[in-house]
Amino acid sequence: MWDYSDTLKEHFFEPRNAGAIEDANAVGDVGSISCGDALRLTLKVNPETEVIEQAGFQTFGCGSAIASSSALTEIIKGKTVDEALTVSNQDIADFLDGMPPEKMHCSVMGREALQAAVANFRGEEWSDDHEEGALICKCFAIDAVMIEETVRANELRTVEEVTNYTKAGGGCSSCHEGIEEILTQVWAEKGEAIDFSQPSQPVTQPKPYAMTGFQRMKKIETTIEAIRPQLQRDHGDIELVDIDGRTIYVNMLGACKGCQLEAQTLAGVQQQLMEALGEFIKVVPASMRPQAEGAAS
Amino acid sequence: MSEGIYLDNNATTMVDPKVVDAMMPYFTEQFGNPSSMHSFGDKVGRALKQARKQIQQLIGAEHDSEIVFTSCGTESDSTAILSALKAQPDRKKIITTNVEHPAVLALCDYLKKEGYKIHHLHVDEKGRLDLEEYEELLDSRTAVVSVMWANNETGTIFPVEKMAEMAHEKGVMFHTDAVQAVGKIPIDLKATKIDLLSISGHKLHAPKGIGVLYLRRGTRFRPLLRGGHQERGRRAGTENTASIVGLGKAAELALESIEHENTFVKSLRDRLEKGILEAIPNCFVTGDPDNRLPNTCNIAFEYIEGESILLMINKMGIAASSGSACTSGSLEPSHVMRAMDIPYTAAHGSVRFSLSRYNTLAEIDKVIEVMPAIVANLRKMSPYWGENGPVENPEEAFAPVYN
Repeated sequence: MWDYSDTLKEHFFEPRNAGAIEDANAVGDVGSISCGDALRLTLKVNPETEVIEQAGFQTFGCGSAIASSSALTEIIKGKTVDEALTVSNQDIADFLDGMPPEKMHCSVMGREALQAAVANFRGEEWSDDHEEGALICKCFAIDAVMIEETVRANELRTVEEVTNYTKAGGGCSSCHEGIEEILTQVWAEKGEAIDFSQPSQPVTQPKPYAMTGFQRMKKIETTIEAIRPQLQRDHGDIELVDIDGRTIYVNMLGACKGCQLEAQTLAGVQQQLMEALGEFIKVVPASMRPQAEGAAS
Repeated sequence: MSEGIYLDNNATTMVDPKVVDAMMPYFTEQFGNPSSMHSFGDKVGRALKQARKQIQQLIGAEHDSEIVFTSCGTESDSTAILSALKAQPDRKKIITTNVEHPAVLALCDYLKKEGYKIHHLHVDEKGRLDLEEYEELLDSRTAVVSVMWANNETGTIFPVEKMAEMAHEKGVMFHTDAVQAVGKIPIDLKATKIDLLSISGHKLHAPKGIGVLYLRRGTRFRPLLRGGHQERGRRAGTENTASIVGLGKAAELALESIEHENTFVKSLRDRLEKGILEAIPNCFVTGDPDNRLPNTCNIAFEYIEGESILLMINKMGIAASSGSACTSGSLEPSHVMRAMDIPYTAAHGSVRFSLSRYNTLAEIDKVIEVMPAIVANLRKMSPYWGENGPVENPEEAFAPVYN
């Protein structure tokens, strides 16, 4: 059985704003036929102020599809159309105290429904360019289409690279067989065979520091800055604390702190720093930093 | 019996209390290894022998040595199919159906990547096979036919006895995944040409983690697990003694109650089906109602989705399952519903009720009582549903932009 939060269950059993708004002036119909979820969003938008005065939903779908439709209507009521458009599927999931990744992938249609309804309100044609494939990585809800496109665009050849680019495979690692299959298939289309039994090429050769101490420090800083938005997207963050030779101390913040995947995240950061610096370094939590002599423990 | 109304017996069954009683000593004082030379092992060895006899009787096997204990139905399926391939390395073709259990389908998908040719027999809108299509496919390149005896979702029964004869005439091995059929319908294997048959303990009130592969004497065989003399070298590994004893007891009880299953349990199923169809508009039975297991009924409720129905009835203490995408954990809609060409709007709303000898008339009447309001409630939220029924031309009236 799915691990649904109490809030989600409550919104399923007692949905808010179920049914169509009678004199709606914005209607959005979206869905995913293979997943069996479809949603009609009807809005009454004030033409002067563009404030959404009423919102109603009709949903054909599972528990999380109905609950997320209910949540969506609650979130957007009273917002202007432009404000509402900033609502993401993650916001809807957060409103419901989280959702299983499989469900995020297929049943949260809120953002698409809103875009469709707003397009309808503005007299535009809306088409969804987002294509969904079979879910490969359940830890991070990454589907086959996303992996395929990333592999093609970046000419990726190893599972490790796929993980670095998409996060897929960075968690429990049980989808690595699936990722290898995608890599094999994409490269087969180009007439190339991939041999996964060969160890992947070493990223860098160990060599002495290639830059000045200051340049190196800057480089570490900018690399970590570049990683932060990814982590922030998952409500986490990272902070550079100290650089001691080849050991870089960081603090994991927000959702990253104590996350089961903290070790993987650190390994990912380490990988990116090594690529940026062209040397072997170690990224460790600041809590492992040796205490100064005499400091209170 | 635990609280709630359990109508999901094709998923798994309650372990019969008599089965539990029979098993208990084999967790405690009867802990011996049946292979040992001393009396600790000897007693357990005798218990296994009895269990083998009990299962032999349930399925009408000619010899008790045709019973090979495994860890589950999936292991039995894998062992059977892989053995047929290993024993006949020149034969590269497998015939199966597109409504098999994933235990067979996923293995065949994998074998396809390894270079084997897989033929999936089609079914019609009632889930029935075309035996002419089958006849044409049988040839000397076919290593094995693997066709389920009864479908887990709809209960539809396939004519495996006839199909085994057809295979036999062409010199092709025949395997059937009978995990849903054994214990529910009478089976007499010595009167058939079936070579290999899979059984799963937990589908017939024995515990999980025990299965059987029936292996007709003389069938060429290559073990999946090697490493010991257990099961006459056909399945190495120390026996799961308590569970084997439990499965033996469960087989004895199943044989005793098989008439009850096909009279009383069947009448409960028919009552449930009739009650729901009469009280709820726009729903229909899927599969072949004239030829199916006595305990199974699969009803598609149009314009609503199965997981929602299950969550609602679960709140009332009723357990069933669905062919909708969302309940499978794999996010794929039921391949069985798709194979029968059931429209998406109905396939996603299919609910399987599967009964057992533990269900009562009062339970069935309770389900009939609560279902109409639950379905109506969900339909009120559905974009395909109007005031008093489906909107006109539902597929056109609501045609969302699909991603």
